[in-house]
Amino acid sequence: MTVDKVLDAKGLACPMPIVKTKKAINELESGQVLEVHSTDKGAKNDLTAWAKSSGHEFLKHEEENDVLKFWIKKG
Amino acid sequence: MTVKPMTAKEVTRKVINKEELFILDVRNNADFADWKIEGRYFSYLNVPYFELLEGVDDILDRLPSDKDILVVCAKEGSSIMVADMLSEAGLSVSFLEGGMKAWSEHLEPVKVGDLDNGGEIYQFVRIGKGCLSYMVVSNGEAAIIDATRMINHYLEFAKNLDVTITHVFDTHLHADHISGGRMIAEKTNAAYWLPPKDAEEVTFDYNPLEGGSIVTIGNTAIDIHALYSPGHTIGSTSFVVDEKLLLSGDILFIDSIGRPDLAGMAEDWVGDLRESLYSRYRELSWELTVLPAHFMIIDEINENGSVAEKLGALFENNHGLNIENEHEFRKLVTENLPPQPNAYQEIRQTNMGKINPDENQQREMEIGPNRCAVR
Repeated sequence: MTVDKVLDAKGLACPMPIVKTKKAINELESGQVLEVHSTDKGAKNDLTAWAKSSGHEFLKHEEENDVLKFWIKKG
Repeated sequence: MTVKPMTAKEVTRKVINKEELFILDVRNNADFADWKIEGRYFSYLNVPYFELLEGVDDILDRLPSDKDILVVCAKEGSSIMVADMLSEAGLSVSFLEGGMKAWSEHLEPVKVGDLDNGGEIYQFVRIGKGCLSYMVVSNGEAAIIDATRMINHYLEFAKNLDVTITHVFDTHLHADHISGGRMIAEKTNAAYWLPPKDAEEVTFDYNPLEGGSIVTIGNTAIDIHALYSPGHTIGSTSFVVDEKLLLSGDILFIDSIGRPDLAGMAEDWVGDLRESLYSRYRELSWELTVLPAHFMIIDEINENGSVAEKLGALFENNHGLNIENEHEFRKLVTENLPPQPNAYQEIRQTNMGKINPDENQQREMEIGPNRCAVR
C-alpha cells in the first residue's frame, strides 16, 4: 500500500481529527491513500462512519502505544 | 443568537419533571442507537457532526421553533461546533456540558425515606446509566451500598450531613459499572463488605457478607440484615434495612428482574434466581419498599425522582415475578437476552482488583446503559 499523505492529528480532541482528515483528503486525488494518526479513542467509529457516508474507503486501522492509525482511500 | 451550556443536572431535572426537550445528537448513528438521553417528552434528531462540517442548512427545517434545543455529543467538542453553526443560522441552542461522558457520571441524590430514631436513607440516581446506589444515615454514621466510582459525590454528601462513613457494601460483584466501594473504604477506613461467593478471585481484603449478617449503623440501631438471594450472581445478597426497606441489588427491579448470564453461568443460576424471587422474597413482608440497584426504563422513575415501589405492588405488576411455568421462566432469562453491558468482563476484572485501568479507560469501559435486567 502506497501512502500519499500522512496526517498527524495526535493530541486533538473531537471534532478536530475528522475536520483535519476531511481537509487533508480534499487535497488528494481519487484513489490516493491518507494515513491518519490520532489519540482520540472516539475517532475510530467516527472515521469509519464518516468515510462510508462520504464515499471514501476505510482500508484498515492499527493501534500502537495509544496511537490509533487509520488508512483511508479517497473515493 | 446565543449558545449556552446545559449541565447534566439541568437535563436530569427536565427528565424528572417530564419537560419537553429537543435533542440534536451529533454522535454517529451506532452510538446513538446504542445509548441516548431518555426523557418521556424528549424528541430526537440524530445527525453525526461529520455530516455537518459543510454547514447546518440541510437540517434547519428539521429543528423545532417552539422547543428548547440541546446539542449532544460524546465529550462536548463537536456539540459546541454544531451549536455555534446553528447560532450563526439564527437559532438559540444549548449544548450538553461535558457531553455523554458527563451524562454517564452524573449522580442525583434523592431522599427516599426516614428511618427510626432520626435515621435517613438517600438514593443516588445515576440517571444516564440507570445505576442506583444508597446511603443509610443514622446518628452520625453512614453506610454506603453499591457505590459508583464517582466517590467524591458520596464523600462530600457525607461531609455535608456531618456523618462518618463506617460501612461500605456491594450487594454483588458488578458487571456493568466499576464499584467505588473499595476506594471509599480505603479513604474513610470503613469496613468493606462483599459476598464471599462473588469474591473468590478478588485480590484485596474484605469483610465476608453472609446471609444472616446484621450490621448496625449508628448507636440507635438501624439494622441492615443481609439476605442471601443468588441468581444474578451466585453471591448476590439483598438487605432489609430497618425492617422497612428491601435493597434488592440486581435481583429484582421495578419493572424487570436480574439476568443470570453476566458471569457466564446462566443455565446454572436460573434455579437460584427463581428460588430467590419466587420463594425467598415471597416470605418477606409485602409492605417493604423495594430499592433496586438499577432502573432500566425512565418510566420506573417516580414523580420525586426516586426509583422505589412496595414489594407487594411488584408481586402484582412485575411480569418477571408472575411466570408460573418454570420452563417459561427459564426461557425468559436465558434466551433472547439483551446485549451484555459494554466491556462487562473487564469491568468484573476491575472490580476483582485484577486489572487497574486509569480513569479515562474506566470511563470508556462504562459507556452505555447498564443492561443488567431482563424484561
